[in-house]
Amino acid sequence: MATYPEDLYYSKDHEWVRVDGETGTIGITDHAQQQLGDVVYVELPAAGTSYSAGDSFGSVESVKAVSELYLPVAGEILESNASLSDTPEIVNSDPHGAGWMVRIRIKDAGELSGLMRSIEYGAYVKEEGGE
Amino acid sequence: MIKKTPLNEAHKALGGRMVEFAGWELPVQYSGPIPEHMAVRESAGLFDVSHMGEVEIRGRQATDFVDYLTVNDVRSLDDNAAHYTMMLNENGGIVDDLLVYRISKYHLILVVNAGTTAKDFAWMKSHASGFECEVADNSPLYAQIAIQGPKAERILQNLTPTLLDRMPNFTHQVIEIDGVRCRVSRSGYTGEDGFEIYCDRSYAMQVWNLLLVEGSGDGIVPCGLAARNTLRLESKMALYGNDIDDTTSPLEAGLGWAVKLDKGDFIGRAALQAQKRDGLVRKLVGFEVLDRAPARDGYEIVAGGAVVGRVTSGSPAPFLKKNIGLAYLPTEHSAVGTSIGILVRGREVPAVVVKTPFYKRVRAFD
Repeated sequence: MATYPEDLYYSKDHEWVRVDGETGTIGITDHAQQQLGDVVYVELPAAGTSYSAGDSFGSVESVKAVSELYLPVAGEILESNASLSDTPEIVNSDPHGAGWMVRIRIKDAGELSGLMRSIEYGAYVKEEGGE
Repeated sequence: MIKKTPLNEAHKALGGRMVEFAGWELPVQYSGPIPEHMAVRESAGLFDVSHMGEVEIRGRQATDFVDYLTVNDVRSLDDNAAHYTMMLNENGGIVDDLLVYRISKYHLILVVNAGTTAKDFAWMKSHASGFECEVADNSPLYAQIAIQGPKAERILQNLTPTLLDRMPNFTHQVIEIDGVRCRVSRSGYTGEDGFEIYCDRSYAMQVWNLLLVEGSGDGIVPCGLAARNTLRLESKMALYGNDIDDTTSPLEAGLGWAVKLDKGDFIGRAALQAQKRDGLVRKLVGFEVLDRAPARDGYEIVAGGAVVGRVTSGSPAPFLKKNIGLAYLPTEHSAVGTSIGILVRGREVPAVVVKTPFYKRVRAFD
């Protein structure tokens, strides 16, 4: 069974946010990577692009499928995880850490309150029939 | 109502992720498409293909009927042999692709795609009236299990007294697996050596479990639909509904080798003769993407600044570790080495037309 770090915020689309001041690091959850299977390609945006909460900012692909990535909170892209272009498999091996996708400047920290915390997300996944 | 194969419970017990495919509940994967794909290339994989349809033709004119219905030469097919073939409509479009198993001149089994079984059966019935034969959809009676990979023969050999090493490709015979009578052919949909096993559905679980246990020392793994798709794509085997359908001809699809225009009349023959005379305007080609972004089914293809086609099957290829695909391209853009572009979410990524099959196994003998 997957564990979901307590310091992260989680979206219904199975992305997480780690908040450090104004900066948010975004990735997909352990549950999402398990559902997806072996990740073979990640497409991420260039720095400087701005998105609203819920916007698609890229995609992650397994052998079988393409899944859109949705930004949990609005912000401007500061950096994409360059190591994913050569080693996309770290999304599977370390989804909540080295497998992060983008760092953003969070536009409105108030939006974080609309996201789930660890226990709540764990229950949400269970409800979806995932665990 | 979703249909279940006799192995449904086994898939769930093995951790298979069940999805709906052509009206059937089937596993898309167990351990994952990559390890399953690699197991088939390097040792062995086991597939439940019980969803495939089996139509049996019996009677004095059974061979004549199937010969008229399909493009390959059924009259010169040996008893206990099988071949790949297609049924065409009058325009030369493909009604379905199938395997014909000849038991005798008076008894043949046509193995058709799951999603087209009802359409195919209706098509066969509608053309059978002039022939002295009976056409029966016996799909519900059969289970089909495929064991594929370089270790397939050795695993199956341990379970049957019949000697398999001299059994040529595309032959079949009735053998006993742990006392269960099965019709087994040396054939498959993966590009590897292997066998397709037909048995009464009530024995499917017994045969499946025996093969898994017997093969465990050789690394056999159960394989789902995802691996089946990538394996067949690497070997450029057509998928009905994607690469071929009612609007594509065997000649365009590169399946002309299965068409015997000189054998006598068959449905669609005149259309193919006209196509051959006039030349083809498009061809199904294989391409390799020169980018990390995989090409997917339906993506548009550009050449010379215009959209010239669509990807019919596209995927990362786990064994070749490349992004590959198939597409119909205008003949002028179809030569090996031609540069094309694939539109991936609005971005044009470079690709090149390559020789197919993408993957061909090295044969120890033949």
